[in-house]
Amino acid sequence: MSNRGSADLLIEGVGKRFGEVMALNGVSLQVAQGELLTILGPSGSGKTTLLKVVAGFETPDGGTVTVGGEEITALPPAKRDIGMVFQNYALFPHLTVQGNVSFPLEMRNVARAEIDRRVAEAIAMVELKGYERRLPRQLSGGQQQRVALARAIVFNPRLLLLDEPFGALDRKLRETMQLEVRRLQRKLGLTTIFIAHDQEEALVLSDRIAVMNHGTIQQVATTTEIYERPANDFVADFVGESNIFHGTVSAPGTVALDNGRTLKVASSLPAGRKVGVLMRPERFSPGGANAFVGEVLEAVYLGTSFKLRLACEGGMELLIRQPAKGSLPGTGARIEVGIEPDAIHVF
Amino acid sequence: MTGRAAWPALPALILLFVFFLFPVVRMLGFSLEGGTLEWYAKALGEGLYLRVMWNTFEIALLVSLLCLLLGYPLGFLIATTTPGWATMGFIFVLLPLWTSVLVRTYAWMVLLGRNGVFNRLLMDAGITSDPIPMLHNFTGVLIGMVHVLLPYMVLPIYGAVRRVDPAVVAAAAGLGASNWRIFWRIYIPLTLNGIFAGCVLVFVLSLGFFITPALLGGGRVIMIAVLIEQQVREALNWPFAAALSAVLLVATFAVYALAQRFTQPEART
Repeated sequence: MSNRGSADLLIEGVGKRFGEVMALNGVSLQVAQGELLTILGPSGSGKTTLLKVVAGFETPDGGTVTVGGEEITALPPAKRDIGMVFQNYALFPHLTVQGNVSFPLEMRNVARAEIDRRVAEAIAMVELKGYERRLPRQLSGGQQQRVALARAIVFNPRLLLLDEPFGALDRKLRETMQLEVRRLQRKLGLTTIFIAHDQEEALVLSDRIAVMNHGTIQQVATTTEIYERPANDFVADFVGESNIFHGTVSAPGTVALDNGRTLKVASSLPAGRKVGVLMRPERFSPGGANAFVGEVLEAVYLGTSFKLRLACEGGMELLIRQPAKGSLPGTGARIEVGIEPDAIHVF
Repeated sequence: MTGRAAWPALPALILLFVFFLFPVVRMLGFSLEGGTLEWYAKALGEGLYLRVMWNTFEIALLVSLLCLLLGYPLGFLIATTTPGWATMGFIFVLLPLWTSVLVRTYAWMVLLGRNGVFNRLLMDAGITSDPIPMLHNFTGVLIGMVHVLLPYMVLPIYGAVRRVDPAVVAAAAGLGASNWRIFWRIYIPLTLNGIFAGCVLVFVLSLGFFITPALLGGGRVIMIAVLIEQQVREALNWPFAAALSAVLLVATFAVYALAQRFTQPEART
């Protein structure tokens, strides 16, 4: 792998319109060499369109895509040297595992001996040795995915694109494959874009996450940043469970919520500023500077924790998680919880 | 199939028995009249009849090949173009299928004759000074048969191309395949079943073709069906006609059985 500049993939001002629908609205994004960036968003957010623009299957109405310093916006897919794993793998049904993995090398007119060597290497890397002569339909879902992965990396692509590749796998296998993909991606130092609509998957896999909605990027940040300090309501709500309220900074360190409640926060935003406030359910604990008394509306046992929905004073509803100790509180029970100022995110 | 599942098929089975199986058995009976195999010996032993049979196979093969060469691009185009164009294409492919073979064959006689539309155009354009013989010969029969049978090639190929997963094609492009290589390495192998189905259909239909070779061949291109008709209508030799028919039937089944064996595409590395 070469030492390219820090921005390996550069997307600048990319727009795409399908009739009335603005699928991409001036999207800009940088991905560093060797980084795994997840594009996370609900269906219809434009994430798949963005991936297609990078892969070359869609031509943007405006903007540029640059990989390793070379602009590729107008290049056909075949000339881009980008490895892609499709949602349903899109293996060639008439070719064996060997044939599938050889395909990109054959298209590059690599010598037969070299092809055999590199294919054997790639097949070993995804732990499919012994399956070379099988057809895709003779493989399980997880094995098919490994073939798709081997096929996408065997030609040393400049970029690896993963289009929701784990959707068709059961939970256990999905977790194994996620770790496997992560391990391979690190080992090869491949700059990778991963498309996901499952936020948990995004948190497990990524170096950074770009959250998309309505054709625009809402926030690009590290996984902890996205979770702890989301930029807006959408990100806060889409990633993880959340309690979101709105209000005004009444004095530095104090927010007066629109519902009448006042919160002590660790933010130093100036008074008069309209803000959003995010409290993650697991950040509540008995005691704490901001205390709430509430009546249990709903209580769910989740093994390691209780998930409770509380109705507090002023019609304020809170979702909280508590370690599963003792018995599950019944509905109607009164519970006191609190949250520290530095556990509240103000945006 | 269980006995219960067969019940609803009973009317069709009766129909087939009365109008297909029974006549075929009767025909076989005719061919063995007098308890001898003499008519089969004549059909398979005399050079003239073998020539006709060979001729028939040759024409059927050529027609299949020409239909494939014309039909694959057409079926491919209809399967991959926008819905609007696809509808147009379908109309052009299916319209002839809904027209009587007789009408279409006469239309070709008008077009291909010595003073037909084509020769007039060619001579007016100065491409040739004398009319090119296109009717009552091999060329005429080929043109007519290809035209009549083309839809039978286009439809199975269209179906096969439609079944190719667009994601697989996109994957091939993404992995570096040019359009040319996508065609040869992805589309062709994945549509082999359609190609086979089309070829078998056209070949088998060609073997027993009558109206078009009879009219466009003008008695100079003898296919086996034409020969059978002559034996029935002119020579009044029904046993011999029946023996020829039996040979044609067996040959057709043989071709079909052979093709079936090759329908499953082999795995490739």
